[in-house]
Amino acid sequence: MNIRISDIPAQTVGRIDVAHLSISLGEGAGAFEAVSDLQFTVEPGQFVCILGPSGCGKSTLLGALAGHLPVTHGQFTVDDRPVSGPSPDRGIVFQQHTLFPWKRVRDNVAFGPKMRGMGKAERHRTADKLLKLVGLSGFERFYPSQLSGGMQQRVEIARVLINQPRVLLMDEPFSALDAQTRSMMQEVLLDIWSKIPTTTVFVTHDIDEALFLADRIIVMSARPGRVIEDTILPFDRPRHPQLVTENEFVRLKRHVLELLRRPEETSERPR
Amino acid sequence: MAAAGRNPDRLPRARWLVRGFSILACVALWQLASSLHANLGVVTFRNVPPPTEVAESAVVLLKSPKLLAHVGSSLWRVFAGYGAAVVIGVAFGFAIGRSRAAGDLLLPPLELLRPIPAVAWIPLSILMFPSSELSMIFITFIGALFPIVLNTVHGVANIDRRLVASARSLGGTSVAILWEVVLPGAAPSIVTGLAIGMGTSWFCLVTAEMISGQFGIGYYTWEAYTLQNYADIIVGMLVIGFLGMGSSWLLTTLGRYLMPWRRPAVVR
Repeated sequence: MNIRISDIPAQTVGRIDVAHLSISLGEGAGAFEAVSDLQFTVEPGQFVCILGPSGCGKSTLLGALAGHLPVTHGQFTVDDRPVSGPSPDRGIVFQQHTLFPWKRVRDNVAFGPKMRGMGKAERHRTADKLLKLVGLSGFERFYPSQLSGGMQQRVEIARVLINQPRVLLMDEPFSALDAQTRSMMQEVLLDIWSKIPTTTVFVTHDIDEALFLADRIIVMSARPGRVIEDTILPFDRPRHPQLVTENEFVRLKRHVLELLRRPEETSERPR
Repeated sequence: MAAAGRNPDRLPRARWLVRGFSILACVALWQLASSLHANLGVVTFRNVPPPTEVAESAVVLLKSPKLLAHVGSSLWRVFAGYGAAVVIGVAFGFAIGRSRAAGDLLLPPLELLRPIPAVAWIPLSILMFPSSELSMIFITFIGALFPIVLNTVHGVANIDRRLVASARSLGGTSVAILWEVVLPGAAPSIVTGLAIGMGTSWFCLVTAEMISGQFGIGYYTWEAYTLQNYADIIVGMLVIGFLGMGSSWLLTTLGRYLMPWRRPAVVR
């Protein structure tokens, strides 16, 4: 299981500290607080899922972590460095792929190394390695539009991981896929993550998905988003599809469902 | 490209026969109307030479060195005027599409001049430029400029923001994003502008040549009229048509070559 690609060392970095973070969106009278006073820490190599109802600001939080949105109050740091603007250190994968339609799969993946000035032969070799890792050997010369939705997201993941990011941010990356492809992609993602254990913050509204993937789940309330639950999951790795029918899984799922169904109530629970 | 066998553009032979027949029928009708000197009231074929005569004149022109001189000078004018419009139009389009300041600075005068048809510039440009050659190139330039600028602006301003955001996340600098994301993203729209501009620049050139030229295919056509070589008028028209067709074919081919991702075979 633990096949390491020599070029990509295991991550010992990727600690995220979020301190009293609030983000307001909109301007003037239309402004509103999307997330309010968030506070948590993600350990290096941890896989965290952020769960919440739609409109709870979880995507906003991720956009800010990526550096695409400004923070209103508080701050967050990655490995003790404050975040200012986007960086290849913090790769982000969106719900809809953002591959460049005019670049072949290989050149899409090789984009980051190209920006760093890596030579063509070397970056193509590295890209091919990552494509192999995500199970897309043989598709190097395809254009993104020639691939299925699941394959496009694999390319997206490879394109982010080639930069050896400290943090992998995923914004409902599989929610546009059909159910079968989605569960296959969850296993693919865990397989990749076991080989390149990058700190991952994965936003979803799918409770099964969060419980199946994560080491730890953070549940957010409706707008303004606050942390209402922060739990380490007790499941072993590697995870198997049967997990979703185990008692403990079902119990946790019921618990989270209740949390999400509860009307707006602001009592914050300590961990 | 890859799947020639499933090419939906491919037509069965029967349909090609019908299409060929349609052209032949038109030519036959023309022949009939001309040889009978048909007078249809509003329009008369009395002075219209029949296709046979036109073909004879075409052969004479093809054999004479005049053809090369006329076509050569027209092509040069289009090349110069259109070429300048491409360079300036794409540059302006990028500036306006990417920067609000450049838009505020450049767009108002362009918007004021845009409604004026390029042909209306002919008298003024004869006054403004030292040679009629330059004034004709200018008309060609003006004709192509607006469609190129506007389509470039459209393409550049409508770039998918998510693509720019992810390029930035992957470590792209502003210059790299311009080259790697904005240019290819706007390319289809730019090529549309180039194709429209090519059409208008030929149109403007031919008109300008009729008024102030001494060589050129538009001048040749007008000269044929004044010298009452009526068959040559139609030869000139046909040559203009072929040149226009050739240049738009060139652009489509170039577009397909430069943007291979636009029509890839779908393999899932």
